[in-house]
Amino acid sequence: MDAATRKKFLSNRGFVLFSVLAIIIILIAVFAPVLSGGIDPTAGDLRDAIMQPDGTHLCGTDKMGRDIYSRVLYGARISLVSTFILVALVFVIGTALGVVSGYFGGWVDAVIMRIADMMIAFPGLVLAIAVAGMLGASMRNAIIAIALVTWPKYARMARSLVLKIRHTDFVYAAIVTGSSTWRMLWKYMLPNTITTLVITAATDIGGMMMELSALSFLGFGAQPPTPEWGAMLNEGRDFMQSAPWMMIYPGFAIFITVVVFNMLGDNLRDILDPREE
Amino acid sequence: MFDEKDLLIEARHVTRRFPTNDGRLLTACNDVNLKFYKGKTLGIVGESGCGKSTFMRFMVWLDTPTEGEIFFHGKDITKMKGAELHENRQHIQMVFQDPSTSFNPKMKIKEIVCEPLLNFNRISSSEVDAKARELLELVELPGDFADRYPHNMSGGQRQRVAIARAIALEPEFIVMDEATSALDVSVQKTVIELITRLQREKNIAIGFIAHDLGLIESFAHQVAVMYLGNIVEVMPGEGLSDICCHPYSRALLNSVFDLKMDFSQKIKAIEGEPPSPLDLPQGCPFSNRCPDCVDDCHHTKPTLTEVAPGHLVACHCCAR
Repeated sequence: MDAATRKKFLSNRGFVLFSVLAIIIILIAVFAPVLSGGIDPTAGDLRDAIMQPDGTHLCGTDKMGRDIYSRVLYGARISLVSTFILVALVFVIGTALGVVSGYFGGWVDAVIMRIADMMIAFPGLVLAIAVAGMLGASMRNAIIAIALVTWPKYARMARSLVLKIRHTDFVYAAIVTGSSTWRMLWKYMLPNTITTLVITAATDIGGMMMELSALSFLGFGAQPPTPEWGAMLNEGRDFMQSAPWMMIYPGFAIFITVVVFNMLGDNLRDILDPREE
Repeated sequence: MFDEKDLLIEARHVTRRFPTNDGRLLTACNDVNLKFYKGKTLGIVGESGCGKSTFMRFMVWLDTPTEGEIFFHGKDITKMKGAELHENRQHIQMVFQDPSTSFNPKMKIKEIVCEPLLNFNRISSSEVDAKARELLELVELPGDFADRYPHNMSGGQRQRVAIARAIALEPEFIVMDEATSALDVSVQKTVIELITRLQREKNIAIGFIAHDLGLIESFAHQVAVMYLGNIVEVMPGEGLSDICCHPYSRALLNSVFDLKMDFSQKIKAIEGEPPSPLDLPQGCPFSNRCPDCVDDCHHTKPTLTEVAPGHLVACHCCAR
């Protein structure tokens, strides 16, 4: 990264602010055992069930007597890790299939794009619920389910970016000078799609986190006693009026994290937007 | 006119038809026969859409003809595949028309000019800097340009880079697709001088596409005039304006503007539009616009006939 690019990143105040916040969230996840004061998020004492926030339990306890403060901190681990895995998965699969589809065209393109169309034809979360329902409820399956319905978005984008340069002179020139197919994909097609796709992935982090939490909330994702924010919301639903802290804190955690990553993605887009180049 | 043992590439009966969406056939090249000789330039002239670029794309394997063969060292290049094709690419290179679109904007000049050499493992990546400098100096550019990006250079400089890339592999044949038409007239001249100098030094055969008959006359050894996918006249380049006799070639020549031209005379334009390549006329392709058209022209298609050594014309009137 040269000096001009670095300046471009650092002079964008929003980007700097939200990067710092995102890093703080990541650090919270990393240091959850320290920050929670060593309280096991899955260990409950039924004698302490549904206790109001006080000195010993900063955010109160849930119906099993587990410490909500500790659970919210540990929940950041589950949410961040699974979201990053999901985004990376979708990004890699979608980009690879899209680039290949756009570059080779013909029947390869037809097959990949028809499959993508099939996936897009369903409402995303509904299909994800069906897939997660079939595979069984677990965080891994929730990731697979959402990945299955999201990759076409990346594939279509990568394909359209490849098609934009596929028939330009410099691509033909590279073929004439004997560049291998692998080199064409790696040095020509991929660099021309990567910026836009990174921006998309960054802005999608928040949305994907929401979808994973939504699946967990519906019972298709993380299973008890795993501390996952969506699942915690679901557990707290029955006590919404008598013990609102059971929903407030995990809900607040989702809200903060999604906003921070969305804003980070937005600012990243402002900086990298290829249209301004 | 040329020594037959210097024959490098011979195209025989090359035809290319493109299927259209409504199931008809568009004929872009119709039975093209041409010969390219070592160290010589063959200019192909014709208006936009006459099939000259389509034809030249066969040479660099960007397309394959529907019918016909193209022999390079006695081998039909239209049938080549895989490793054989890859090996042969290094003998035939191309310079593209628009220097602003023919480079990857994300690559430095040194990466651009050395890419062909790296692709064929001629140099290792540690030699790129030195080799790029050498190639740039060969095309009369300062070696310091190696670290620039294409968008930091002028059109003429970029076209020199394109030439450097094309000669990097020391090919035997270079296709130049209107390599100077995007440049200023003054820059055009210096680029043409560069091309002819390199051709002399390295004995390269050049296929030069142009639509400016005046320009091509100044340096081509041989000129082919193409109209609607057909070669209508092949003649020596020198003194072309005196000997060209096909009505279409003459019309093209009259359309060249020159500082020394007689401005008191009315500029003669070719009447009418070329026929659709979807529906080729039965007779001479130029018959509907030809001022000298006779009855015969509408019925029988004239074939290329030798009227003088090295001068072939496809016209009923001229051949007589």
